Amino acid sequence: MTTTTLPDYDAAVAAFEPVIGLETHVELGTNTKMFCGCPTDFGGEPNTRVCPVCLGLPGALPVANKAAIEATIRIGLALNCSIATWCRFARKNYFYPDMPKNFQISQYDEPLCVDGYLDVEVDGRTVRIGIERVHLEEDTGKTLHVGGATGRIHGATESLVDYNRAGIPLVEIVTKPVPGAGALAPEIARAYVTELRDILRGLGVSDVRMEEGSLRCDVNTSLNRPGEEWGTRTETKNVNSLRSVERAVRSEIIRQAAVLESGGRIIQETRHFSEETGDTRPGRSKEEATDYRYFPEPDLVPLAPDPQWVEELRAALPEAPRVHRKRLQEAWGLSDLDMRSVVNAGAVELIEQTVAAGATAAAARKWWLGELARRANEDGIELSAVGATPAQVAELQTLVDGGKLNDKLARVVLEGVIAGEGSPTAVMEARGLAVVSDTGALTAAVDEAIAANPDVAAKVRDGKVAAAGALVGAVMKTTKGQADAKTVRELILERLGAN
Amino acid sequence: MSDLTRLTAVDIAKRISDGDVSAEEVTRAHLDRIAAVDGKVHAFLHVDADGAIAAAQAVDARRARGDELGPLAGVPVAVKDVLTTKNVPTTAGSKILEGWRPPYDSTVVERLRDAGTVILGKTNMDEFAMGSSTEYSAYGPTNNPWDLGRIPGGSGGGSAAAIAAYEAPLAIGTDTGGSIRQPGAVTGTVGSKPTYGGTSRYGLIAFSSSLDTPGPCARTVLDAALLHEVMAGHDWRDSTSIPQPVPPVVEAAKRGMTGDLTGVKLGLVTEFGTGEGAEPGVLAAFNDALAALTKLGAEIVEVSAPHFQYALPAYYLIAPSECSSNLARFDGVRYGLRVGDDGNRSLEEVMSLTREAGFGPEVKRRIMLGTYALSSGYYDAYYGQAQKVRTLITQDFNQAFEQVDVLVSPTTPFVAFPFGSRTSDPYQMYLADLFTIPTNLYGGPGISVPCGLSDGLPVGFQIMAPTMADDRMYRVAAALESAVGTLTPPSLEG
Amino acid sequence: MAAISRDEVAHLARLSRLAVTEQELDTFAGQLDVILQAVARVGEVAAAEIPPTSHSVPLTNVLREDVVINCLTREEALAGAPDVEADRFRVPRILDEEA
Repeated sequence: MTTTTLPDYDAAVAAFEPVIGLETHVELGTNTKMFCGCPTDFGGEPNTRVCPVCLGLPGALPVANKAAIEATIRIGLALNCSIATWCRFARKNYFYPDMPKNFQISQYDEPLCVDGYLDVEVDGRTVRIGIERVHLEEDTGKTLHVGGATGRIHGATESLVDYNRAGIPLVEIVTKPVPGAGALAPEIARAYVTELRDILRGLGVSDVRMEEGSLRCDVNTSLNRPGEEWGTRTETKNVNSLRSVERAVRSEIIRQAAVLESGGRIIQETRHFSEETGDTRPGRSKEEATDYRYFPEPDLVPLAPDPQWVEELRAALPEAPRVHRKRLQEAWGLSDLDMRSVVNAGAVELIEQTVAAGATAAAARKWWLGELARRANEDGIELSAVGATPAQVAELQTLVDGGKLNDKLARVVLEGVIAGEGSPTAVMEARGLAVVSDTGALTAAVDEAIAANPDVAAKVRDGKVAAAGALVGAVMKTTKGQADAKTVRELILERLGAN
Repeated sequence: MSDLTRLTAVDIAKRISDGDVSAEEVTRAHLDRIAAVDGKVHAFLHVDADGAIAAAQAVDARRARGDELGPLAGVPVAVKDVLTTKNVPTTAGSKILEGWRPPYDSTVVERLRDAGTVILGKTNMDEFAMGSSTEYSAYGPTNNPWDLGRIPGGSGGGSAAAIAAYEAPLAIGTDTGGSIRQPGAVTGTVGSKPTYGGTSRYGLIAFSSSLDTPGPCARTVLDAALLHEVMAGHDWRDSTSIPQPVPPVVEAAKRGMTGDLTGVKLGLVTEFGTGEGAEPGVLAAFNDALAALTKLGAEIVEVSAPHFQYALPAYYLIAPSECSSNLARFDGVRYGLRVGDDGNRSLEEVMSLTREAGFGPEVKRRIMLGTYALSSGYYDAYYGQAQKVRTLITQDFNQAFEQVDVLVSPTTPFVAFPFGSRTSDPYQMYLADLFTIPTNLYGGPGISVPCGLSDGLPVGFQIMAPTMADDRMYRVAAALESAVGTLTPPSLEG
Repeated sequence: MAAISRDEVAHLARLSRLAVTEQELDTFAGQLDVILQAVARVGEVAAAEIPPTSHSVPLTNVLREDVVINCLTREEALAGAPDVEADRFRVPRILDEEA
């Protein structure tokens, strides 16, 4: 048996030039679905957010949600797109049980927004990602596969369908191919999705939670040798975190390079990214090329956004995340380098919110880039998913500033917060971690330390104040670190008449 | 037979309003009539006797309270089984929906209920409204009250036959290529297709979404106009519904009944006279009617509509294409029939077996035809080209209406034909809609009104008007009716 | 020459999820051929510069306010289902990951 050794990443990008492209699906946070008045709230009992329209009952008809159209136009504007003056919805026809009508209402050759761009910063360099189109469609229901291993379709004996999600407005954002990324392709892909997510969040159009599926990403990757035409691309689906975007591109570059180096061909296919293994696996190959038989949706009349309306929406756009970051950098007094580390850690918004909750920028940055970043890194998760909220971090810092916690204790409290034990104050109280500032209790501990160390005490009495450190250490030991060292020191000197 | 079943809707409403008769008596008379003759006619797929009596009693109670009643309160109506009725079986004439009870009312049905009409039940139709004879109903054909061995037209043969057989004074139909007008013509009743967008499609089980139009069926033009006004009007649930007032069709019908058409220009489409035209008996009755209209003061103008000859081919690309998509939802997952789920077969196999068993041959043909026409590689030559032809046909109509007020033609080229005579060659069946289809492609209104007999069988006269000028055709139709009278079929008793 | 072959009809039947019989294939192939030859007449019309009509009503921007409307109850939603399990629509095992 032979095993193929994958070339390492550096060798792959030395031999080949990657071209990437990204298709991102965003569930809009409208109150109601795209074509009916059912609510879009997450987590309802199965099949309780459905009506004749989104269940595809015979005779039911769609009516487009104005808020979803508006949100899509705003996304297009934020991505520097042109907004169509006239466009139609189209039916995308294919059979699948999570689609109640066995067609999806989408947009085909007449998307609402076209031809924009998004600038992202990678390694101090600005990369312009072209936006091909932004269009609006409806989401599908959710299928539960029963009887197979770990809920997968393969090996399942039956499937169960819940249509609560069916019909939730879904915006698809497609980039133009991004050539010339070189070794930075994975970082650029990640930076693009990050920037896009920040823009969408800033627009308030979606909660953009990748883990809940409200932001989903497909990554297209191809390789070519320098000077040659672009290679055949694969589409990697199931990329459900920012970290995975980067990993998926990286692993697909390595895989394709191995295939090409060994004289093989890349086949155009859909691949699935595995969070566990970090690599991509081929999807089931299709017997015949899919023909979606698109045609204009006869049940919906064309959209013709009024240019004046579009201009009003443009004027009301929030500050772009890049501009916003620049302003924060100035307010926080950070160098470009420091700001970049904040951005790379995904901590901009967390720090901003922590400051808004009352902490200083320096303290907020210390926690998020220090202890919390370390924890996120250890657990292999996003900083925002680390388990502490900006409000909790601010509260923690308030306890430190008020002398109730010292640094060491604060880190212990933070662990409790991350473990879900409650707010910093609650953890501090429950675990009895507050700094011992009760002078009575402290005096007893000090007296005990003096009695136990007569030699040291004598030195201090003789004016060798520096020797008091040993006594402070003894007191800290008996109080299990919960005493404030400065107070202890003052008490010792006072007891020994050394002030 | 009870006299009550012979009355017009106008008379029934008046007698109920005057207290001469109760709505319940009227309803029971019609239910009795259905019990007596529907074994022969088979106009109904489902009779909702309990629901009808309850609705009638509600009208009587309102009258007793002194509430104001609408113009059709207490009048029985039969509804084509393609419109959803809450908790009342709705099949669209298909096995695939056997036993389905919709959880919601179509807008048209909701408006009928709000108006105090009494819904008697659901009428037979060609499966999913695809056909011109009701022979494609999965539940057996409806028989024409004029000759039980002949077709009642289609797809809405049940609604037309129910009226012709005095089982109901009014009925609702839907017209995609002629499914209200052609049955009206061959049963000697009035069938009106309103302007597309003038009546709501919400709850109409879609065949071809860009063409389907609900409309009224009645024995007189005025009755049809009254039902038209009750069922029509803007509906926010249908995005293609026109947000304008309903054209004043009742007023127009009353005006037409005076028999004066002075100054009205009737357009005769030159191209209808050439090629596959109407059979001689139909043409003779049509020409007699034209002469009668001329006597009422109307002027006949010949107009050219050069693209009408492509209407039938364009229709048989557009309608099947839309139907292939609309009918995809019948897959045995959420409602209706499921076949072959033995615990072993895959979903794909079960879906295919379900659709194979649940759909009849005409539906399958059209689904495959539409799938073909929409396929990449064929789209431009078929579906895309048909939509361009649709534009040209619309231009023909617009140019014609610059010269004339309405266009007129025979409704259908031939009178009711015997069962089985056109089923082996589907295209021969399609020809039944030769004269009705252009209007559907254009989106304007059309009405069929009886104009005489050919070999003892009714002939229909079609009047087509510009979009949202439905009132014009009602005026001419009522005038024609005043000149030639209504038709009475032979007795079904004995 | 036939406008459509028996194999093409078989392909259309698969795409349409219709498990047609061999005998039906023969019948449909013949009938669809007649119909296709007849409808192909639309190709006779010179329409290169003509815009297609997808909707006969001259309406645009028919939109709904983003306001919640009552849903069906779960019982209503599931009432017509051929098979229900755990408040969901049960279907047999799915072969393809996507159609």
